[in-house]
Amino acid sequence: MSDQESPKDSGISRRKFLKISAITTSAPLVLGPTVLEVEGQQVHVFGPGKVPISLTVNGKRLTANLEPRFTLLDALREQFEITGPKRVCDRGTCGACTVMVDNKAVYSCSLLTIEAQGKQIVTTDGLAPQGQLHPVSAAFVDNDAQQCGFCTPGFVMATKAFVDKHPNATPDEIARGLGGNFCRCGTYAGIKGAVAQLSKGAQQQKGGA
Amino acid sequence: MAENTYQWPDASKRKLIGKRMNRVDGPAKASGRAKYTYDIVRPKMLYGDSVKCPYAHARVKSIDTSAAEKMPGVKAVHIIHGPNDGAKGEVFWAGTDIVAVAAVDEPTARDAVRAIKVEYDQLPHLVLSDKEPNLAEAEKGELYKVAQKETVGDPTAAFQQSEVTHEGYYGSPVITHCCLETHGSIAEWPDKDHVFLHISTQNVPGIGEQVAKAIDMPAANVHVHQDHVGGGFGSKLGLDPWGVAAAQLSKKAGGLPVKMMLNRATELETAGCRPSAYARVKVGAKKDGTLLAWDSYAWGSGGPTAPGSLAIPYVWKVPNQQKQYVGVVNHIGPARAWRAPNHPQMCVLTMCALDDLAAKLGMDTFDFVKKNIDLLDPRSKIYSEELDVANELMQWKARWHPRGDKTAGPVKHGLGLALHTWGGAGHTSNCDLLIHPDGSVEIKMGTQDIGTGTRTSILTVAADTLGIPIEAINLQIGDNQYPPDSASGGSSTIGGVSSSTFHAATDARNQLFAKVAQALNAQPGELEAVDGRVRVASDPSRSLSWKEACSKLGAQTLTVRGTHARPAAGQKDNLTDSGVGGIQMADVSVDTETGIVKINKMVAVQDCGLVISPKQAESQVLGAMIMGVSYALYEEKVMDQTTGTMLNTNMDSYRLAGLGDVGELVVKLMTGAGYDERGVIGIGEPPTVSPGAAISNAVANAIGVRVPYLPLTPDRVLAALEGTQSEGGRA
Repeated sequence: MSDQESPKDSGISRRKFLKISAITTSAPLVLGPTVLEVEGQQVHVFGPGKVPISLTVNGKRLTANLEPRFTLLDALREQFEITGPKRVCDRGTCGACTVMVDNKAVYSCSLLTIEAQGKQIVTTDGLAPQGQLHPVSAAFVDNDAQQCGFCTPGFVMATKAFVDKHPNATPDEIARGLGGNFCRCGTYAGIKGAVAQLSKGAQQQKGGA
Repeated sequence: MAENTYQWPDASKRKLIGKRMNRVDGPAKASGRAKYTYDIVRPKMLYGDSVKCPYAHARVKSIDTSAAEKMPGVKAVHIIHGPNDGAKGEVFWAGTDIVAVAAVDEPTARDAVRAIKVEYDQLPHLVLSDKEPNLAEAEKGELYKVAQKETVGDPTAAFQQSEVTHEGYYGSPVITHCCLETHGSIAEWPDKDHVFLHISTQNVPGIGEQVAKAIDMPAANVHVHQDHVGGGFGSKLGLDPWGVAAAQLSKKAGGLPVKMMLNRATELETAGCRPSAYARVKVGAKKDGTLLAWDSYAWGSGGPTAPGSLAIPYVWKVPNQQKQYVGVVNHIGPARAWRAPNHPQMCVLTMCALDDLAAKLGMDTFDFVKKNIDLLDPRSKIYSEELDVANELMQWKARWHPRGDKTAGPVKHGLGLALHTWGGAGHTSNCDLLIHPDGSVEIKMGTQDIGTGTRTSILTVAADTLGIPIEAINLQIGDNQYPPDSASGGSSTIGGVSSSTFHAATDARNQLFAKVAQALNAQPGELEAVDGRVRVASDPSRSLSWKEACSKLGAQTLTVRGTHARPAAGQKDNLTDSGVGGIQMADVSVDTETGIVKINKMVAVQDCGLVISPKQAESQVLGAMIMGVSYALYEEKVMDQTTGTMLNTNMDSYRLAGLGDVGELVVKLMTGAGYDERGVIGIGEPPTVSPGAAISNAVANAIGVRVPYLPLTPDRVLAALEGTQSEGGRA
């Protein structure tokens, strides 16, 4: 992605950002990034204090003023009330916050909002219009792949990203591909059934074409 | 209408009951539109956080909140546990809430928490419970409390008569609930006399009253609402300090909503705890396998107050028993009910010891159970039938080998089995069913769907009884302003809600028949409601559409209260029952070079009376088996005795089973003649019980030695293989 498309992409990880954020606390309150040299590289530093951010979520442009330490997950949930992605571990382990960023499954708890600017973000809420079910969501319903349902939106997004890429996955590939999401109620049998249903659909579509 | 006239329809008349249907709230959940407490954003909402005690046992000496109170954005500070609270500020576990704050956003609340200074006096602590307590020390009663000493029959003589005896250590550690939606609530005061709570709970009808008591106001003034809850498993039944704090903070902040959800670390450390249970067990039998004698010295974590007890031998009526139980007083937080409280632990202590005895006898455990089937009274017949079904599904008899897989290569295969029981009687439940003159129908019930399919089951019963589609009924639950159901715990929900719904729907239908009979030139008793029509049973051509029939109600909406009251002890109603059995079998592979256990297949055979919603009932069993794989292989609340804190407070280190860890899962519900007549019985807990023992037994069958303590982690498996474990588990 070019700098033009993503003018505020600083190219640093959340971890590194948190590490260097201490350096910047003495900087004056400013909007927009300042430039700092870290480990020999010039990086854009946002904040401290709120900065204007702009996101593209489910095809809509959303703007807010947020502290740069807000993760994408928290921005979606608290600022925009898009609550399909759930906060569960908040450390990139459980997958309940999974969204698609530029067609890849991403843990939204591990991406800073400022880093998500200029990218196409899709959540379960945006998979299908209100009142309709996306085929992945429908496969979860058909196979009773949800109990309490708290992991479900993350699993649906992980499954969507996975089946888009692997329409005819083997059981081993499914286990690996969906190994980044946890469910406590134990809905894995249903989820495997949902993936099988989607693979079958993909095969039929391919056969018919 | 007399109580005994309520009868579930015959199998031939059931249109929806017992049919495989999709979960009614599945689309809301799978589209991400279902709103949980954690998802609620209220106008001008503040965010709560709290200072937690870092010590397992301490006294709060002083608290200085002045810096936090001066911070911009901080709207309220509330001391939960000050120097004068409890026994002089004494704190009994790390993670105890000390001071709560509410601020305009989460980062500010976190900053405020850091600005609060609390001084503590540290006190001695004990956070471990796996070491066998010395009985003499235990009887002094400081860190240990002897809670149970019991003798049945003549164990001494029975052990003398036993031709084969076996003694071993067994156990399972403290584990935590790890609800994916952490505990918490949003509290607000719409005016000075009322509180409105969104709360993540298994107890919508009861939690408001508990909060009211804690903040000294009338229960009637506390309104509770919850549409969905992200897991409870027994940990969200009662009042929590952070729930009360949210209400106190809101009051101090002029009634503004305060959202107080636990973070993951606190959830794992303080909001869930299944007690540990360990035992030295000795068992004895005759050469032919007849089980004669049991002797156990058991202990387990008891939280700050200890005792408790364990009903072992579990399920088995061993004729001669000697039992002692010692509760360990420790500083890890109070135990919470964890899906089938105590049963999984008791099952491990019992079924693993008996499996070792069978191995020593040179018997297949399947045959050992059959040989002693009479000791499983009063469910011997059910267990026997279930064993045969499980045998077929697992091909147990064809595939079983004596202990220790003798085939070449490092990966060894094994089979194991276990059995369990549970009550599952329906709880007290009320609902209102309304039939409007325009034909629309609504049901209001102060219950909750904790993921078990409660909504689906209520609608299935009502729609089946009224002869209309599920989509034609508007069901409202999750609010304490509706007629009270009870807390969802102990597999009690399905019995309660299906019975109260059936009462309401039956009465409403009969009252509608009375209004409609004249128009159809028939007696009310001659009518039936089927396929969206009210018709004369003997002459279906004389019928009215549901809508036409309801218009005969005139201007008045028909409102009918349905109630399920728990039958008195020893009594039974027609609609519900309690008491089930279940068999589970596990097929595992163990890599003897790495110690890694892999589940190839599990079979669960379970009875639960009449099944209302089979698809969701099977999901309960599948989920229970998966939770079982998780606690059998991975889960342990790892405590550090030096610091007194939990070490694995996130989900990378508190590991749950993943999609690739569970193998092939086969569920068989025992239904039909002989089972359906019993009525509805809960199914949430029972299938959670056996996996630990079944998997442990399968591992022993594979590698030839017992890994005494769960979870069956690679280090424990390797230690058992090398014979280096001491005190039953720790390498």
